[in-house]
Amino acid sequence: MDPTVLNTLNAERRARRAAILVTDLGDGSSRIVRESDTVAGGLGEATRQAFRTGRSQAIEVDGRTLFLNAHLPPPRIVIVGAVHISQALAPMARLAGFDVEIIDPRTAFATPERFPEVDLHAEWPQDVLGRKPLDAFTALAAVTHDPKIDDFPLLSALEAGCFYVGALGSRKTHAKRVERLLSQGATQAQIDRIRAPIGLDIAASSPAEIAVAVLAQIVQALRTRGTERAETAAAE
Amino acid sequence: MTQVATPDEARDPLMIAEQWKNEGKDVAIATVVETWGSAPRPAGSHLVIDADGNFHGSVSGGCVEGAVVAEAVDIISSGTPRMLEFGVADETAWQVGLSCGGRIRVFVERLG
Repeated sequence: MDPTVLNTLNAERRARRAAILVTDLGDGSSRIVRESDTVAGGLGEATRQAFRTGRSQAIEVDGRTLFLNAHLPPPRIVIVGAVHISQALAPMARLAGFDVEIIDPRTAFATPERFPEVDLHAEWPQDVLGRKPLDAFTALAAVTHDPKIDDFPLLSALEAGCFYVGALGSRKTHAKRVERLLSQGATQAQIDRIRAPIGLDIAASSPAEIAVAVLAQIVQALRTRGTERAETAAAE
Repeated sequence: MTQVATPDEARDPLMIAEQWKNEGKDVAIATVVETWGSAPRPAGSHLVIDADGNFHGSVSGGCVEGAVVAEAVDIISSGTPRMLEFGVADETAWQVGLSCGGRIRVFVERLG
């Protein structure tokens, strides 16, 4: 392998960007494919699938055997709001394999006693996200339904292209939120990406049930990234 | 999926390979490219090896790493990549101990 290929791959991984290392198993030559690259033919189809599933495998293209090693950043969930739902969502999400962070400037909510073993920030979202920005492999769930706390991270998530953006609140609350976000420069296409009311419709009632609905919706968004199904799900 | 947000520089095989190369070491990278049955490490897993036989990462549950390291040292000197296959169907591989019933193919190449 050419050392510059390895350095490029590692730089992409450090930056939490997806990359696929394509190695010709016949002659050992290799190249990096980024998610924004246009790749035609059988290889293009296989790389698009690998970006979606994260699965690495050998494929046959034009008589050559290519190994596609998919390097997807570990998915994380940023939860805005150290509320009752979050107390259930955080441990469930960890079990499902996500990195979890919780942000809530209200120190009465964001206590280590309520959130043991969670990466908890009792700070304003703008401060935390300034240090550690959102990205395409991060899901954002805003669950305080307080505009002062939720609006900034929602706008940031839409700008960053988070694979999931969900906001708690009734349809009425969300309608007002949409007006505010539009007036702050969000586009209608961005607004349409917000899952609100939050969570898959499983008629969830308790905070823990709502957490199940939110986590299921996040998994669905992750596993259908870049497909028609994802767009349909978002539009529902 | 792991619990770290960015690759762990001290344990990630590809990060270590880059670091070793920068330190002027000769390095080989082994990659699991195909698995059958109950192989312990999925396709895409890496073992990185230097010319002295130091290694990081894994391509199995510790069963065939020794054999891969020995081949890698040869590949570092020759520069020619090689495909290795281990499994219960292979007498040699049985001896090196992939007793879990799986079969794996491991591509070993020199870095640079």
